[in-house]
Amino acid sequence: MAVDQVAPAARPPFFYDPRVRAIFFQVLVLALVILGGAYLVNNTLANLARQGIASGFGFLDTTAGFGISMSLVEYSEESTYGRVFLVGFLNTILVSVVGVFFATVLGFLIGVARLSRNWVVSKMANAYIETLRNIPLLLQLFFWYFAVLRTLPSPRNSVELFGSFFLNNRGLTSPSPIPEAGFSTVVISFAVAIVAAFFVARWARKRQEATGQQFPRFWAGLGIIIGLPLLAAIVTGFPLSWSVPELRGFNFVNGMVLIPEFVALVVALSTYTAAFIAEIVRAGITSVSHGQTEAAFALGLRRSPTLRLVIIPQALRVIIPPLTSQYLNLTKNSSLAAAIAYPDIVLVFAGTVLMQTGQAVEIISITMATYLALSLLISGFMNWYNQKMALVER
Amino acid sequence: MSEQSQDYTTGQHPDLPAPITSTGVIGWARINLFATIPNTILTVLAVLLLLWLIPPVIDWAFISADWSGQTRDDCTREGACWVFIKVWFRQLMYGRYPVDEIWRINLAYIIAVAAGILLFVPGLRGKPWIGLFLLAGFPIIAFYLFVGGSFGLPDVETPLWGGLFLTLVISGVGIVASLPIGIVLALGRRSKMPVVRSLCITFIELWRGVPLITVLFMASVMFPLFLPEGMNFDKLIRALLGVMFFSSAYMAEVVRGGLQALPKGQYEAAQALGLSYWKMMGLVILPQALKLVIPGIVNTFIGLFKDTVLVLIIGLFDFLGMVQLAGTNPDWLGFAIEGYVFAAFGFWIFCFGMSRYSQHLEKKLHTGH
Repeated sequence: MAVDQVAPAARPPFFYDPRVRAIFFQVLVLALVILGGAYLVNNTLANLARQGIASGFGFLDTTAGFGISMSLVEYSEESTYGRVFLVGFLNTILVSVVGVFFATVLGFLIGVARLSRNWVVSKMANAYIETLRNIPLLLQLFFWYFAVLRTLPSPRNSVELFGSFFLNNRGLTSPSPIPEAGFSTVVISFAVAIVAAFFVARWARKRQEATGQQFPRFWAGLGIIIGLPLLAAIVTGFPLSWSVPELRGFNFVNGMVLIPEFVALVVALSTYTAAFIAEIVRAGITSVSHGQTEAAFALGLRRSPTLRLVIIPQALRVIIPPLTSQYLNLTKNSSLAAAIAYPDIVLVFAGTVLMQTGQAVEIISITMATYLALSLLISGFMNWYNQKMALVER
Repeated sequence: MSEQSQDYTTGQHPDLPAPITSTGVIGWARINLFATIPNTILTVLAVLLLLWLIPPVIDWAFISADWSGQTRDDCTREGACWVFIKVWFRQLMYGRYPVDEIWRINLAYIIAVAAGILLFVPGLRGKPWIGLFLLAGFPIIAFYLFVGGSFGLPDVETPLWGGLFLTLVISGVGIVASLPIGIVLALGRRSKMPVVRSLCITFIELWRGVPLITVLFMASVMFPLFLPEGMNFDKLIRALLGVMFFSSAYMAEVVRGGLQALPKGQYEAAQALGLSYWKMMGLVILPQALKLVIPGIVNTFIGLFKDTVLVLIIGLFDFLGMVQLAGTNPDWLGFAIEGYVFAAFGFWIFCFGMSRYSQHLEKKLHTGH
């Protein structure tokens, strides 16, 4: 091919250069964002000045002056707004942790039931999943709170469960533990037992890897964790007594009360999230091909070690990432507490405190930052766990 | 071997039907219900549970329910009082929208349903155009129908909007807006320009990390502060903005999943053909990526539809808000359960329908092996 006389390609004009274009475009976007942000900040400052709303975080040290129906730390009407934040935050954490626990247990049960070879059981699990997944959580929450718990009988006619739990329209009354002298010994021995079990398990794994000899580390660990505190309790003479609720007059004395808002929130959050977790568990287990089971049987493994050593570790790899996002969802959904007046961070802090101080910008920012931090924390932890479980490839 | 088989010489045994215990209903039940002893126990327990649960519910909802009447005094029987739903039906559907103007809402529904049915007709040509009309043209028509104030239609203020109608408006706006914004954000997140990428990541992670309630709170108390003096948004528009930001962040992550799932060869092939960035995205990448994530997109829609009920917390009366309002009316106290059951049924139909449609679409668009 004759390529004679082709003029050397002229440099294209600089505005066709992708690098120049990229820089120009980014400068433009940045300028627009900064200008827009400055405009909003300017407006906000003007509005705040006009409405006479204070700014800054000084309000956190001001006395709150209102009561909160449930608190894990000491709180009174003289406490500060900062304390209100802490109370709300801890209540959010509490309901999320309890909800995650029940949702996981229920979700795994229903997910396994969905795969059961028993037709009735599998259809029932399916009906549960399809019903609860397709109804808004807030509606379910209202149902549990307004239609079920609020229509329960008064304390005098409480529903009695297991002899010492009482369900009535003031909540769930249950016995509360009272630690006595020497109880700390039991707690310390429990902590020691956990550490010891951990080291025994590590030693057993190392020995198995080195020599192939197996060691019943699960039962040994369980024995240590139960046995050591039990021994400590026997030595110190069972330093724990229970305050059993008693009906006196119109209400219960002694024991502790779980407020109905808490009960409704936990029930609604865990039953709703369980439907999603069940689907995740089902997908995870079906993703392990049947050949794996057959291969394990061919190696002579029995049913239980097949499940424990072959199926579940592979299924968990598929299950963990979506399970993380369900835990995150549950934590974020616990903010629906505001709708039934459970004193979580949204209700007491973004609600009541905002109403009293009017400092919308600071309070909404703190609330959002808190949730953001929680989300990042949970996803960070689950990513770490996922990496630990993930397939190590060459 | 039983005695029977000895009557025949070897190889002459006639083909007998399978034993009755392994075919038909009995065989099915033996395999699926009574395979082992624990399985049998499980079946019996499950059936007992169903017998304990279902008859009282049927009795409450149908047999001893009150169906006719106008006031709560007509509810005299043990079961559900569906009169409550009947009396409040218009408010539950349309909120306080003026009675004479309700035809406008119904007209919009009819247009949407008609276009939707056309989408289902097999073999019809021009379906993409119908889809485009539903996503771009219909919202404009619906806006003029609902708001009024032009074309000789009287103005209807948004505080009068409510019920299922408001739920559909909020979720519809969220759905229609979240797809394009989400696509742009997803492209931005995968862009090579650091400034654009970090802005998109911040935006997406910020909205995804916080609950919708705080977004709505922000929309209702902080947005007014952002605006210059004298200018103010409707409460509904503020809520819509919040919902839009929130859902487009989720949509962006779904679309990003599709973009990442495409093999790199697709990008390289498009570039080798000399396509510009937008042509490459519009003609090669996005059509494939969006098809991959249809289930994710529909799941986001379902989630958004369910989440719209949260607007009742900032004082908008959507479907559930109207149910709450009706249930706290002094004349109708004590019928909360009927209201919740009705609302649950309504939401369930929409969400279940959407999830089935997505499964259908997924099967139909599956062009792989």
